[in-house]
Parts: sequence; structure tokens; C-alpha cells
Amino acid sequence: MISLTLDRRTRTLTIIFACLILFSGIFIGAWLYGEKGEITNLTMRKLPPGWGLPFGTDWLGRDMFARTLKGLRISLGIGLSAATCSAFIALVLGLAAATLGKTVDLVITWLVDVGLATPHLVLLILISFACGGGAKGIIIAVAASHWPALTRIIRAEVIQLRSSDYIRLSPRLGRNPLWIARHHLLPHVVPQFLVGLLLLFPHAILHAAGLTFLGFGMSPHTPAIGALLAESMRYLSTGMWWLAVAPGLALVVSVKAFDIIGNNVRALLDPRTLRE
Amino acid sequence: MDSMYTMILRFFFYKTFRLIVLIAAVATISFIMVSHSPIDPVDAYVGPAMIRVSPEQREVIAKRWGLDKPAFERFGRWAGQLAKGNFGVSMIFNEPVLSVIGKRFVTSFWLMALAWSLSGSLGFILGLTAGAWENTLLDRGIRLYAYTMASTPTFWVGMLLLMAFSVELGWTPVCCAWPAGLSAEQATFWQRLHHLMLPAITLSLIGIAKITLHTREKVLEALQSDYAIFARAQGESTAGIVYRRALRNVALPAVTLQFASLGELFGGAVLAEQVFSYPGLGRATVEAGIRGDLPLLLGIVLFSTIFVFTGNLMADLIYHLVDPRIRTTSEGLS
Repeated sequence: MISLTLDRRTRTLTIIFACLILFSGIFIGAWLYGEKGEITNLTMRKLPPGWGLPFGTDWLGRDMFARTLKGLRISLGIGLSAATCSAFIALVLGLAAATLGKTVDLVITWLVDVGLATPHLVLLILISFACGGGAKGIIIAVAASHWPALTRIIRAEVIQLRSSDYIRLSPRLGRNPLWIARHHLLPHVVPQFLVGLLLLFPHAILHAAGLTFLGFGMSPHTPAIGALLAESMRYLSTGMWWLAVAPGLALVVSVKAFDIIGNNVRALLDPRTLRE
Repeated sequence: MDSMYTMILRFFFYKTFRLIVLIAAVATISFIMVSHSPIDPVDAYVGPAMIRVSPEQREVIAKRWGLDKPAFERFGRWAGQLAKGNFGVSMIFNEPVLSVIGKRFVTSFWLMALAWSLSGSLGFILGLTAGAWENTLLDRGIRLYAYTMASTPTFWVGMLLLMAFSVELGWTPVCCAWPAGLSAEQATFWQRLHHLMLPAITLSLIGIAKITLHTREKVLEALQSDYAIFARAQGESTAGIVYRRALRNVALPAVTLQFASLGELFGGAVLAEQVFSYPGLGRATVEAGIRGDLPLLLGIVLFSTIFVFTGNLMADLIYHLVDPRIRTTSEGLS
């Protein structure tokens, strides 16, 4: 008899799978359908959402659904690449702080403090200005400002590991530090790193969207979701509510999907919550 | 008692030293960053009028700002003036940076203060409720709200509220911090409150999420502690345990967290002020970034660093001074 109640592991895997389908939907949709968002059709201006046009059209008759898909793809792409860079910086610095001796540790801990000292958004504006704006500027800004928290986590994890008995015993069994790092430290740090990376995605995407909303970097030719919403701002007073509601909702749903994936992968990788 | 005072003195001495080192580092790093920017400050300042400005005029502007000197020399002069408390003159406002920051911050301060206290108190109450009645429908609802808000962009919430309450219903003004045509001093208290209500609600709707989830965790922890179990064995109700036993234990980390999250509040204020055209420090930050006003941008970076530092310092202090467990031990303040 097939039971309909799934155990935790199966349910988690199903949720992760559903989120992955959503993302591939966005990417494939943007690839197939995104270019349509650039066609202006003056006979179909300012249409509210309806059949065939789920998100309505804007003041130039462009299909908002296609524009949203494309904007989402750009924003997700920026967020994902920035978060990945940031996580790798965190991995390297965290490992270095925990293994390369006291001086390096002091310097890196201090760098983390400096990185967390300025509000994220101010730092983002500063770095994106320093890079001269553009998609590149936003990626560098987000990547350069999100590593401190994860660095702290990885450093703490490795330091805790190094004081555990089996690792302290290992050198006496004739293992060299590299062997220990490869066979004892890495397997513990990789899950932490993966979860940290996944949970970094929502932050990175939201910050990238915020930065484009403020008008940093994106030219009108790369309509990221933030720039799209900033444009819609100007038409709010004319009562075209759908220009802001649907694209924003799509952004929230995709960011939340990343958050769900992150939390579920964490539950999967943590042996204590693996099967409940 | 004597050792208590020397301890506090040492604590402040240590914190001041840290702040000075931090400011020096942030100032150096941000100066290096902006001086490597490919954006030419003169271009950014002139903006669309670029075609009408002759090369000679540009040279005059560059010379007046000292841009013809090498970066190293400029840094020396800027840092020297900074040490004397002179942040330079803002290019777009044509006013000393400190006076721009001062004025703008007062405007932002009321917005941030209202949002901060709203999100703090509401988030705390929601967290208590969710934690006390774990896994009920109420708890699930609160958790769903908090998790969703954690992945919602501040500016979008602002846009939705603006659309609903300002455009459709007309209850709140569409822009600014006081009625058009009046100056900040002429506007009455109610007019000011009327204008900052919606941005403040936007900020607190988002800000609630973190404090709620944090408080909920702490309540769950407290409810599993020996004193709570003992109280339950004596027949105390859940509400009674939360109100009489857990409340004080949970309040301290919540207050600390709220002080430590001033950085996020500042970032949120930048976005909210942009949506509601609220003339505070956040909008000044955006304008300085887009129009290349280097003195103002650097000034705001330093100012926001001090702002965040103060928040963390308050969190530290409250923790050390209020918590009796730390207060009595001498290692507390280090």
C-alpha cells in the first residue's frame, strides 16, 4: 500500500526539486519569450492583466510578463554570480584564518569587522560607484560586501574542528597538515559552505535588486527587475498598479524559493534533522 | 566599587581606540575605492549639460576641487582636514558636508526612530506569541509572515503601500517630509507625522521579521528550561510562564539585537526614502552616489559607520550593564 504521508527526507527533496523546476522555468522562459518584452505595440498600451497577457502591458504596449521574465533572469544571474564569488572569498578567508596562524587570523578577523562596520547598502553604493556602475559594478559590489558573515561561520567551524580529539591525534599518526585538511577538515566544511552559499543567494538577489532600483549601474538595455520597478514607479500615480504588483511578486516568489532551498538543504545535510 | 569604575573607563577607552582605528581603515579603503572609479567627478557633476561645458571650464572646476593633484596628495589633505573635523564641502548642495549630513540625519532620524520602535515592539510581541503557542495556527501564520518578509524587497513594500494608501485612498501624502511650499520648521508636528507614517510602516513591516524569529527561538528555549518546567509543574499557565518567567530573559537579547541591527535600518531607510521621496540622509546617499559628490559620499560612509558602531556599542553596554549574570563577574567588560 502506498502511503501518502512522505517522510521528511522525501518531502524535502520534493520541495527542492519543485524550486529547481521554478528556476529552470524562469531561465527557459526568459530565453524563449524574453525578447518579446522589447517589442513595442502602441495599439495595446496600458492594458490591465487578462487572458494571454497575465501581467498586462506597459505605457509602450510591451508585454510585462516577458519583461518580468527577462528582468528576473538578469537579476537572478547577477545575484547568483555575486553570491558564488562572495562565498568563495569567505571559504578562502575562513580557512586561512583558522589554519595559517595567529597573525593571519587577527588580520582576517579585523577585516571581517571592518566589512561589517558600514551598512550594507551604503557599502554597495560606494563599491558600485568605485566600479563605475554597470552589471559588473553591481556584481563586484555584492560579492565584495557579503563575505564577512560567512567567513565568520567557516572560521568558527574549522577552529572548533581543530580542537576535536581525532584531528589533534592525526599528526601523531604521521599525517601531514595537507592530508588532514583534505580528509578531515574539508568534509566538515563543505556542507556548511554549501548551505552558506545557498542562504547567501536571497540576500545577494535582494541587494542587487535594491541597487538597480536606486538607479545604480543598469542601462535601459539590461532591464533588471529593480530597474523595471523603478520605471514603474513613475506610472504609479496614473493607477497602473499591475506594473508594480506582478513583477515584484515574481521577485518575492523566486527569492523565497532560494530561501526554501537553502533551509531544506540545511535540514538534509545536518544529520540531526535528516530523518524526523 | 572602585574596580567597577575603572572597568567602565577601560571599556570606553578600548572602544574609542577601536572606533578610531576603524574610522581610519574605512576612510582609507573608501578613498582608495572612489579615487579608482572610472566615473569622472566633473562629468558626473555637470551631467546632461556636458556638451555645453568647454574644456577650459572643466579645468577650472577640476582645479577648484583639487582634482589636478595626484591621488596620494589629495588623500593626505582630505585625511588631515578630516582629523580636524572638517569633512569638506558637498558639491551638489554647495554646503559643508557636516551640515548637510546633520540636517538630513535629523529628518531621517524621526523616520528611523519610529520604524525602529514600531518593529521592535511589534516584533517582540509577535515573537512571544508565536513562541508561547508553538505549532498552532497562530504560530504558523506569524512564521510564514516573518519568513516571507525576510525575502521581500523593502522598496516593493513601499511601492505597494504608496499605491494603496496614497494614490488610491489618498489618506497619506505621495512625497516629501512636509507639505510642499513650507520649510521643515514651519510644518506642524502632525503634518510631519502624517508624512513619515507610511515610510516608517514600510520599514517596520520588513524589520519585524528578524526580531520576531529571534524572539520566538528564545521563547522556545526558555520554555524548555528548568524554571519553566518547574513553574508548569506548579500549575502555571503558558501565558503566565511567558509573562512572569520568560519575558525578562527574552527581552534582553531582543533589545540587543534591535540595537545591533541599526545597519539594516539605515539601508532600509535609503530604499524607503527613495520610494517616498523623503528628503533624508538615505536620499542624500543615493544622490551623492549617482552625481559623484565624493566629499558627501565619503562623509556619509564615515557617518554611517559611526552610526552602526554606536548601535553595537549600545547593544554591548546594555548587555553588560543590565544582565546580572555578566554584571557581577569582572570579565564582563573586556
